[in-house]
This record gives sequence, C-alpha cells and structure tokens, in this order.
Amino acid sequence: MIALEARALSKSFGGLRVSADVSLAVEAGERRLIIGPNGAGKTTLFNLITGELRPDSGSVHLLGRDITSVPSRRRAHLGLARTYQIITLFPRDTLLHNVMLALLGLSPLRWNPVVELASCSALRQRALDALARVGLEGSADQPLAETTYGERRRVEIAMALAQRPAVLLLDEPFAGLSIPERQQVLNLLLAIPRDTTIVMIEHDMDVALEFAERITLLHFGAVIVEGTRRDVVDDPRTREVYLGA
Amino acid sequence: MKPAALALAGVALLTLPYWIGGPYYVNIASQILIWAVFALGLNVLVGYGGLVSLGHAGLFGTAAYAAAWLVAAGAGQLAAATGAIGLTLLMSALFAVLALRATGIGFLMITLALGQILWGIAYRWISLTNGDNGINLSARPMPLGLSLASPAAFYFATLVIFALAVGMMACFVASPFGASLRGTRDQPRRMSALGYDVWLIRFLAVLFSGFWTGIAGLLFCYYDQFVSPHLLTLSSSAEVLLMVISGGSGTLLGPIAGAALVVAMKTIASAYIERWNLVLGAIFVAIIVLMPEGLVPGSRRLWRWALQRRGTPAEGVAR
Repeated sequence: MIALEARALSKSFGGLRVSADVSLAVEAGERRLIIGPNGAGKTTLFNLITGELRPDSGSVHLLGRDITSVPSRRRAHLGLARTYQIITLFPRDTLLHNVMLALLGLSPLRWNPVVELASCSALRQRALDALARVGLEGSADQPLAETTYGERRRVEIAMALAQRPAVLLLDEPFAGLSIPERQQVLNLLLAIPRDTTIVMIEHDMDVALEFAERITLLHFGAVIVEGTRRDVVDDPRTREVYLGA
Repeated sequence: MKPAALALAGVALLTLPYWIGGPYYVNIASQILIWAVFALGLNVLVGYGGLVSLGHAGLFGTAAYAAAWLVAAGAGQLAAATGAIGLTLLMSALFAVLALRATGIGFLMITLALGQILWGIAYRWISLTNGDNGINLSARPMPLGLSLASPAAFYFATLVIFALAVGMMACFVASPFGASLRGTRDQPRRMSALGYDVWLIRFLAVLFSGFWTGIAGLLFCYYDQFVSPHLLTLSSSAEVLLMVISGGSGTLLGPIAGAALVVAMKTIASAYIERWNLVLGAIFVAIIVLMPEGLVPGSRRLWRWALQRRGTPAEGVAR
C-alpha cells in the first residue's frame, strides 16, 4: 500500500520554479530519504505535502486519499506530522508543555476553556512517555529556552512521535548536532515502529544512508534519480549533482 | 505565601469602603475595578493572543450605549443588559472577521479603523445616539432587588463582577484553550501543522475579550449613568492598552495594576497637579526603561534580584 504520494507537483515563486513536476510514491512503512543540493526544493516539497504551501498544479495523496485541497491543520488529523529544519518550538514553555501542545492539537480537549491543563493527567502521561522515547523524561519540567540545541531537536521529534502519525516528515533532523548526538537521534529514529512511514530530508549522508531504504534525488526542483540506496549512490548523476565527486 | 497574599488582598478589597475615607475614594475604587475588567478583557488578545487592538473602546462604548439606549427606549434593565452584551458580542464577531485577515500591525490598523467608525456613529448619527449630548441612564439596575444607588453598594456590586472576571481569566489562562491561544501567539504556523485551527482560536479569543470589554462598558454606563462619544475615542482605546502594557501584558495581575495606576493618576493626581498627563507620561517612560516587561513582572524580577543580593552578601565582599 502506498502511504504518501505526490503526483506531478509544481510550484513557482515568481519566475523561480522550485518544484517541477515532482512525483513520488512512498510505500507504507518505508524509510525514504530525499537528498539534493541547497535550493533543490526539498523543504518546498515538504511544505506542499503538509499544505503549508498550495501547489500550482499536481496533487498529494495520503493513505489513498486526495488531500490536495485539505487545509494543513486537517492533514495533521489525517495522520501527517512533520519536524522543521529551523527549530519551531515554544521557547517560553517547558518541554512537557511543548509535547502536550502536540497531543492537544489532535484532541477535542483543545477547545476546553474551563479545566486545568496541568491536571489533564492522561495527556500528561502520554507526553511524558513521548519524552521518554527521546530520552528527555528527566528534563520534562525544564523551560525549553534553557535546553541545548540537541535537546530541542529531540523535542521536535518527540512532538511529532506523540501524534502517532501514519506518515512522518523529518526535515534535516541531524542538522547542527554533534557526532554523539547524531548517533543518539539515529538510534531513536531506527527504533520507530514500521507502522509509521518516514520521509527524511538530510544532508549528512553518513548517518542518513544508514537509515534510508530508498532515496530520491532532487535537483532544480525535479526528481533526477530515484531508487534503492545502492542504485542512487552508484548513479553517475548523483555523483555529478550532489556528491560532487 | 500566595494564598496569604490573596486572602489579604480579598480582605482589603471587601472592607475598602470602611477604611478608604469617603465616597469620593470609593467611587475611584469602583472606576479602577471597571477599568481593570476592561484591561483584563483586552489582555486576552494583547497578552495571550499576541493581537494588539486599538479599537476596544468601540466595543466598550457599544455595550454602554446599547444599555443606555435600550433603557431610554423603555426596555427593562435585565433586557437592556442582555441586549447590550449580545450586541457587543456581535460587534466583536464583526471586528474579528474583518481584523483577523491580518496579524501584527495590520490587525492593529483594522481595529483602529473599526473603533473610529463606531466613534463616528456615536458622534455623528445624532438621531440614533443623540450625538455629543449623549444619553442619560435614568437609574442604576437593582439586581435581586438591591439598590446600587450608594457608592459603597455600587462598589460591592462591581467587586463581585471584578472577582468573577479575575476567576474566569485565571481559569482560562490555565486551560487547554488558553494554552492553544498562547501557542498561536508564539508559533502560528507550527500550531496549524499540529492540527489547530488558528483562525477559529483567535476568533473565539476576540469574542471572549469582547465579552469582558462589554461587561466593563455596561458597568461604566451604570457607574456614570451617562454615555457620550468620549467613551469611544481613540484615546480611550490607547489608555486601556497602556494599562495592559504598563502593568504587564500576558499576566493576570498586570492589567489590574495598570488600571489602578492610570485611574489613580487621572483622578487623584489631577487634583493636585494640573499637568498630570505629563507625570503619567514620565511614569510610562520610567516603566519602559526600568521594566520593559511591565510593572508586575518587572517588580517580581527586581524583588528576586534584591533577595539574591541579600542572600549572598559574602560573595559581594569577597570580590
């Protein structure tokens, strides 16, 4: 079964074509890596998939359903979650509160103006579980502003995982991390069960290649090469546009 | 410590007419409470929603005018109050639909324009609003048959509403919906990717803010028993915004402290100093320079700093 499919997605900003007829299909449970040089349109592709940008043409399908005209917020309810390349969290709040917000986003409780959020114990427990999955349960009550960059990357992932998405989009989850932190995040991603399909944008080939099964190479907004890990790495076009060899 | 401070404040407020020294001061206390309710209402948007409105005097005035107009037209007090709040909610919804097309400076400009339109109606649509002459309210309402004619009785009635407002705000801020609203202030894009309907959350926040603004307008109409276009001027909108910001936006006590400061300056200091506006301006400048986060959070910060300095004198000497 195909979990996520993009069909001929195109998007231009003025005269700049950032997505040119991009088609890709990701099988359920697959780990897909999207690579490409800076400006290849990788993050734009994510924004088109999540609905933060509207495509000029083409369509997006999630679990067999056409979601092209579904607003971003509804896509989250349909099982799509993402992390951001530039960390987008709530700095004034604690780690626990950040993850609780992620859980609340999919819960009807978010409209409730009378109960106390801190006393919603089921929600709190699920948030603590999500933090435990990324090894941050000990810092749950620490304000986000007082955490390290690496910890914030893990909070991003915890928030996405807490939503139990069918499809998870990770935008450069290793960016800015030290080598031990990279290994830690990689182990964390490898431990995600197969009922979550993962599409990842990443520059760090060493770590990302270990994770991915299939790779899509984007260049100037278009899919240049797609195939298994070996196929793509060995393809001369990959070397030409990306590996720079 | 905290329950003790709360109890102390409660006792002070409950006994205020007996120690403050005269009906003149009791009336000022009532005014402070009314403006505090207004500022708390605006703070929902400014502090928790990150949406700065410069048109809230329009909503305040809508409630006050509607109540006075309905009573003058022969409606009962309860019907007039209900109608006034209903109309204010409708007007808030209209504000929201038009102004929430933007955030930031765009939101501010649209609310400013809408506020000015309402002021224009109060001032110029003379057949409806009686223009500059305003509308008199023949008598204050008598809830449960109690007369609110005396300053002390009116003060206690206002205090009840004020306590309700504070209680509801405290509840709102700690609730999941309050957390949702604060989330849309800090990271609207992220909130929408997490599954939140950012527009609807903001819309409901405008209604909640408008509701308490309307309650404050109603109280002011009962207090003064007279409404005039002056209530809806841009300077009223700016004044209540200054209360929120100077006291500390996004805090529960800040808008109350801000209301107390501004009303006290306006009424008490103006009796002694002719150019009291100048003094108020100087105070605002001092607040911005010394505690840009506002009076309440700023004082907390200074207090903690002072405690730390006192707590570790040895370190200071050693250096």
